[in-house]
Amino acid sequence: MTDRAAVETRVLRVLRWVVIIGLVLVTLFPFYYMALLSLRPIEEVLQNPGRIWAGPAEWTVSTYREVLSSVDDGGQGFMRLLLNSAIVSVAATMVTLLASIPGAYAVSRLRFTGRRQVHFLFLAVYLFPSILLAIPLFVLFTRLGLRGSLLGLTIVYVAQTVPVSIYMLRNYLTTIPESLEEAAAVDGYTRLQTLRKVVLPLAAPAVMANALYVFMIAWNEFLFALLFLVEDRADWTVSLGLAQLSGGIEVSKTVLMAGSVVLTVPIVIIFFAAERLLTEGLTAGADKG
Amino acid sequence: MVATEPRQAPPEPPARARRVLTRRQRENRAGLAYLSPTLIVVVVVVVLPVLWTVMLAFQRIRLINLRRAGVFGDYTLANLELVLTSPGFWSSLWTTIVYTVGATLGSIVIGLIAALALRGRFFGRTFVRASVLLPYVAPVVAVTFVWEILLSPQFGLANNWGTRFLGWDQPIAFLSQRQYEVSLLGWHFDVPLALLTVIVFEAWRYFPFAFLFLLARLQAVPAELEEAARVDGAAPTQIFRHILLPQLGPVIALLTVLRFIMTFNKFDDVYLLTGGGAGTEVVSVRVYNFLTARFDIGAASAQALILALGLVVLLVVYLRYLAPRVEGEER
Repeated sequence: MTDRAAVETRVLRVLRWVVIIGLVLVTLFPFYYMALLSLRPIEEVLQNPGRIWAGPAEWTVSTYREVLSSVDDGGQGFMRLLLNSAIVSVAATMVTLLASIPGAYAVSRLRFTGRRQVHFLFLAVYLFPSILLAIPLFVLFTRLGLRGSLLGLTIVYVAQTVPVSIYMLRNYLTTIPESLEEAAAVDGYTRLQTLRKVVLPLAAPAVMANALYVFMIAWNEFLFALLFLVEDRADWTVSLGLAQLSGGIEVSKTVLMAGSVVLTVPIVIIFFAAERLLTEGLTAGADKG
Repeated sequence: MVATEPRQAPPEPPARARRVLTRRQRENRAGLAYLSPTLIVVVVVVVLPVLWTVMLAFQRIRLINLRRAGVFGDYTLANLELVLTSPGFWSSLWTTIVYTVGATLGSIVIGLIAALALRGRFFGRTFVRASVLLPYVAPVVAVTFVWEILLSPQFGLANNWGTRFLGWDQPIAFLSQRQYEVSLLGWHFDVPLALLTVIVFEAWRYFPFAFLFLLARLQAVPAELEEAARVDGAAPTQIFRHILLPQLGPVIALLTVLRFIMTFNKFDDVYLLTGGGAGTEVVSVRVYNFLTARFDIGAASAQALILALGLVVLLVVYLRYLAPRVEGEER
């Protein structure tokens, strides 16, 4: 080993740990602070803004009570908003998968006119800013009476996620040997049966990963929720409700943080659950060789 | 993209040829049928709106007279003129470009450093890798609020610690101050503070995206390559420069394009952090303000259209002149 190599290796060994610790701090600290602030009484936060630790004895759950209790009880009614978000996200996920699984199968396996051109269509979804789509959709949905409904929002989310979903699934489907489908065809399966009974079980990990991805996008989305749903509080999603909450003057920052925790926790749970599920799916594939 | 298989059309007896043809036709029909739900949704919710925006951009439409809007409206260039000559349009376009380039570069550089640092094995690697992804998966509304509170001049942690431990004279309004004077070695110059903060936020939120792509590529680099270089006495920086970087080139080029497109079109991050104030008004936020404050649909559409066209032009320039050539393309 040359001198330079030896010196660099030693320096980088230290630097690597500095980077790792720095990354963990920078990524986790805001979430820790969010949770901490949501549990501290507001008066105390305003007096000591610099504290980054508070023992359980000082915690209060009144912020969560205010966020979650219904509007009639003087709260912010986030339970209702959580339900709305869940309905939209689950519906968007299911519809997207129903459209993208056969779509991805078609793109990866079947020869049809315009197969090559399809990608350009999908590119359009990402090339044009959502604010550009928002204007005509705002007009169109107003005319159709779909604006201000969770259904309208779901349709937009499906359109926004279906191209990526097809792309991801297609990449996975191409790794499944076609001979399996040929065998199924010999056994007298129709194309749809093959897709359902042979391809789908094999692609299960990719489908799950995809479902979680779509769910996350729909759960976190803000712009279209803001444009379409803002008029009627009963239809708000959590993201929108939280943004509207910040506009209120009488709402304290700790309540805002409690709302943020309520919005973030489902996604974080899903994300960590999915990590395990994904690795399990991958190792299961590796076992089979 | 998928390379289409070579057409298998060897000359065959007529009887068989017809059967092959019908099978091909069936496949064609099935392919279109399977893709049709997707096509319908994308056409209705994306393609038609885009075309409609083009039409709206050339008509004087406000929310009140929207009912009148149709295919055969009065076409005019008034919107474009209004937008291009309106105060703040060009500076907003410039802000968008600075914001996009800064955030794209920032997220890729941090993502690369993260991927290099977290690539090997160490205790707690799974946990660290998962937690690094959090900024990317967490809801944008929640994350922007935490940043706002952390950076707040009144009760923000950053300012509290800054004045207590770093000797700042007074709290810094990170998100609402346009210019901040910095003196360095006797030189005084202004830093666009709010814009810089928004760029840092964007880099923080999206470096995990770059990290995921780069880590996946790094792990596919054959270990023998690095091993051989190390045996030959190459220093880590040399290994990075001459072995890893060339392997990462295509991914970095792809990431640049993806992040550039997404940041250029980004709305919620800036809107939630600053509302477009203090020199952070990117075009998408400006379009939103046109739409909601003035109900001027025509002008908003024209502006959105200019945004999309600007993106296309910048992408063409990038792909034509600046993008690293993909390895193997020359071969």
